[in-house]
Amino acid sequence: MKISEQWLREWVNPALSLDEINHKLTMAGCEVEGVEPVATAFSDVIVGQIVEIAKHPDADKLNVCKVDNGRGEILQIVCGAPNARAGLKAPLALIGAELPMPDGKPLKIKKGKLRGIESCGMLCSAAELGMAEKSEGLLELPEDAPLGVAVQDYLKLADKAVELNVTANRGDWLSIAGVAREVGVLTSTSLTPPATSEQATQHADTLKISLPAADSCPRYAGRIIRNINPNAKTPLWMKEKLRRLGSRSLSPVVDVTNYVLLELGQPMHAFDLDKLQGGIQARYATEGEQLVLLDDQTVTLTSDTLVIADDEKAVALAGIKGGMATAVSNATQNIFLESAHFRAEKLRGQARRYGLQTDASYRFERGVAADLPRLALERATQLIVEICGGSVGPVVDVCADDHLLDRPVVSLRRERIARILGVTIEDTSVVDILQRLGCEVTANATGWAVKPPHSRFDITIEEDLIEELARVYGYDNIPAVLKAMQPKLTVKLETETSLSELRAPLLANGYQEAVTYSFVDPTIEGLLSPGHESIVLANPISAELSHLRSTVWSGLLRALEYNLNRQQTRVRLFEVGPVFSKTEAGIQQQDKIAGIITGSVFPEQWGQANRAVDFYDIKGDVEAILAQASAQKCYFVPVAHPALHPGQSAEIATDKEVVGWVGALHPALEAKLGLGQDVFLFELDLKVLQGRRLPVYQAVSKFPMIRRDLALVMDRTVLAIALDQAIAQVAPPSLIHWEIFDVYTGKGIAEHQKSVAISLILQEPSRTLEDTEITRIVGEVVASLQDKTGATLR
Amino acid sequence: MQSLLELMGTAHEQISSASNLASLDQIRVQYLGKAGLITEQLKQLGQLPAEERKAAGQEINLAKQSLANAIDLRRDSLQAEALNMRLEAESVDVTLPGRRMDTGGLHPVTLTIQRMQAIFAQLGFALAEGPQVEDDFHNFTALNVPANHPARAMQDTFYLENFGTEEPLLLRTHTSSVQIRYMEAHQPPIRIIAPGRVYRCDSDMTHSPMFHQVEGLMVDKDITFANLKGILDEFFRAFFEDDAIKMRFRASFFPFTEPSAETDITCVHCHGTGCRVCKNTGWLEVMGCGMVHPNVLKHVGIDSEQYTGFAFGMGVERLAMLRYQINDLRVLFENDVRFLRQFH
Repeated sequence: MKISEQWLREWVNPALSLDEINHKLTMAGCEVEGVEPVATAFSDVIVGQIVEIAKHPDADKLNVCKVDNGRGEILQIVCGAPNARAGLKAPLALIGAELPMPDGKPLKIKKGKLRGIESCGMLCSAAELGMAEKSEGLLELPEDAPLGVAVQDYLKLADKAVELNVTANRGDWLSIAGVAREVGVLTSTSLTPPATSEQATQHADTLKISLPAADSCPRYAGRIIRNINPNAKTPLWMKEKLRRLGSRSLSPVVDVTNYVLLELGQPMHAFDLDKLQGGIQARYATEGEQLVLLDDQTVTLTSDTLVIADDEKAVALAGIKGGMATAVSNATQNIFLESAHFRAEKLRGQARRYGLQTDASYRFERGVAADLPRLALERATQLIVEICGGSVGPVVDVCADDHLLDRPVVSLRRERIARILGVTIEDTSVVDILQRLGCEVTANATGWAVKPPHSRFDITIEEDLIEELARVYGYDNIPAVLKAMQPKLTVKLETETSLSELRAPLLANGYQEAVTYSFVDPTIEGLLSPGHESIVLANPISAELSHLRSTVWSGLLRALEYNLNRQQTRVRLFEVGPVFSKTEAGIQQQDKIAGIITGSVFPEQWGQANRAVDFYDIKGDVEAILAQASAQKCYFVPVAHPALHPGQSAEIATDKEVVGWVGALHPALEAKLGLGQDVFLFELDLKVLQGRRLPVYQAVSKFPMIRRDLALVMDRTVLAIALDQAIAQVAPPSLIHWEIFDVYTGKGIAEHQKSVAISLILQEPSRTLEDTEITRIVGEVVASLQDKTGATLR
Repeated sequence: MQSLLELMGTAHEQISSASNLASLDQIRVQYLGKAGLITEQLKQLGQLPAEERKAAGQEINLAKQSLANAIDLRRDSLQAEALNMRLEAESVDVTLPGRRMDTGGLHPVTLTIQRMQAIFAQLGFALAEGPQVEDDFHNFTALNVPANHPARAMQDTFYLENFGTEEPLLLRTHTSSVQIRYMEAHQPPIRIIAPGRVYRCDSDMTHSPMFHQVEGLMVDKDITFANLKGILDEFFRAFFEDDAIKMRFRASFFPFTEPSAETDITCVHCHGTGCRVCKNTGWLEVMGCGMVHPNVLKHVGIDSEQYTGFAFGMGVERLAMLRYQINDLRVLFENDVRFLRQFH
């Protein structure tokens, strides 16, 4: 909502600067978003009049004008404007004048020659004075404009346009009158609205008005004005006021309805009376009924849409936009003026359904006071008659709801004010504030019974009144009181793994945390999770951000690609975030921790041999995370995944469920994404990573520890986990640890075989192990290995 | 046979010119070993007349002692020399960088959430969570935003394509939905914060379709608007580590709070004198808040006569950008490692 300072001050004029008024409005919730001058600064431009005009001898489009400057001089000015004509009054920039230019550097007017003819100044358009984006010709000033007077003073251009951010609850602020009321309340200044009286009638013609859809349109006022002058022009003062609030001048009748909308907040509509057939009805559309709107757009209506109709057809989308067939044109002489009340809750969403939003619908959806139509109708009549003349008929004001003008009484308890605000407001202040707001206030035993004004749809409960009190009393005057809090320990359990603890090993291993969007490109989703049932946004920002991700990898791969494209060849990223899937119970969100690495193991450095990362690097990083969640024992099982290299891919599982994946990006995918280097990924389900074992002390043995190394050959396909299980099956308590410390293939070992070295560590808690025992245990381990895996000693 | 005197002369010369421990040891063996030249002299004492024997013996022993001392001294000196050479050979350039894995770092959004969490944890606020795919009820209706209400236009909502559910599903537009989820399951007293991702159908220089909020909610028997002011005032000074930061409330509108306020803080760039960041106002708008609307309490079955409460919703990116002087929202989601590395 835009207002202008001058127009506001016509309504309310406190002894405060605009900045002070703006500050008060902002603090009270009517936020001032910007202040702009209504015209750019210029100098030495006066009201001039063309007294003679002749064609330029050497240029088709130029005229040579003799211009009266009102100061006893006739100046010769060459002008190319199409509307230049003798008798026209227009802004005249004198020699030495400075005009605003879009680039900020003023244009200095000098005496000069145009195609050989001397020109002593310039006649100006609105655009040339910074009053419009563009104009088609000279700014036409009224005939009674005083010659020689500075245009700035004549047009009162020392005005400011103020942009207000009006919240959705305050439809009453969407007018000059509404903002003026607020300023009046905040500064205790009384209003000085323009005098509007009941217009005398010159004829008795009326249209019959019926309201069959009273739940949506409970009140409708209208009147006929005959014989208006179709050639009348909107006066410059009105054009200027409209312009300063961002409204374009169209024709006098339409300009007046717009003016009243901006001034009082009541949307109105003018019909061409001669195009209406019979009476007016505010009714619901018949299903499929069609209506051509003012902008030539045809809408097909549904039966819950309210229309204004004559006896034959719908003629307007009620409260939204008028129809083409009955629109006022430059030939219209007889009009029917509408000023109606539509219920906000019924009109909401209607405009948007037809892809529309108008000044009228914007206001009706937020609520327009039910007592306003009559006043607005008289005001508009007065202005139309002033500008276009015409013969005024009587008002027909139909109200189909006897309780429309009843206002709800809201009770306000004294005790509740302090209870909610934490500050006590004096009774006299409470009453004063509420009365200034236009409420009727009656004191009672516990506080007051309050009747808010019609315009305040937002005041329905006690808290609404308390907010009003706080606003006017001043939020700044409410103290900041840090409440003494009941102590409440928010201690993390020692057996709980926090997110920070899961992130810690990744940070130690050089991973940067990324944050990527939860919605992704369906193409990459399809590559990573083929067959996954997509969850699609109905209204995405773009196709690339249209599917909810089923894996964090889709975002991480894009981030990796972004970095590779910027010469970052060693990248390690991780992300903690949600993925989504469809289940029978609906959409399921699972939170994941996922990582991606590529490039060398170490950052480039002088003292460390480097190599490219491989599967075991990322597996080590995963193991470091799993170590933080020791309550769950996890296994790595060789299982193929569509996004991963089939020979370098493992499912991570507990005894019960799959909790994640780790592996190399499938080479085919790597090629499709054009990454050009090996990439490794992991993803783990956060839910299962939340527990850790509480440590329980065990005495450390004081007796010697014995180590025996085994060198074994076996088939290449034998898995480490199989060796582990073979040892575990026969391991007595004294075999306290074993470890694969070397894996070798190549020279000296048959092609299909590998050599694996395993260390066995033996120790008894309370005695020294005997040689015979050691030999027996080692023998059993070797036998089990041979039995279960075919491994033999070298 | 050489005279003892001559022998000693040669020996001392040899000792002082010995260049390493091995040759020094050879010299020791040559003179003092079992068959050494001095030892030989001692063996020959018996051939001397008895009256000379004692004196000659003393003389030889003295000589032997002197040689042994000279060898010890020479050995010490050679050992010191060898150690010095070794130390010199082993010296390194301590200014070369150490051998290490690089350390990673947290995203500034996470750093900011962690700081907020830590501050509110001290005030006894527990952590709560809620789903990001929400239904209309929890994101809007229960928060006092009925269908078609103009307030819905304040937040452009992402809807999911319908797949058979009666109620449309959407991506939550604010963490306020967690208020409802939490109050449905818990009775007052309530003191929680709920950080998380939120989504709005808006993307330009200053809007990201996904961003983060931290919701705060406190409901108890005697919570006031002044308490809300108090707690936020304390928070901002702690968060920016600056006691000069001032906070102000401006009246505003959120359907789920009444009274509602926008919260401004002193511009952290110019400290209130006016600059480009605060558009010369000296203030920065940082979050919305207010007293929980009675209709919201009603929706979750809490008696608003008995309990009052406040709620606030902070924009994490906004605070992260102010804290770390980031002037472009989009860099937060590009995940350029050169950007991410700046935060550890």
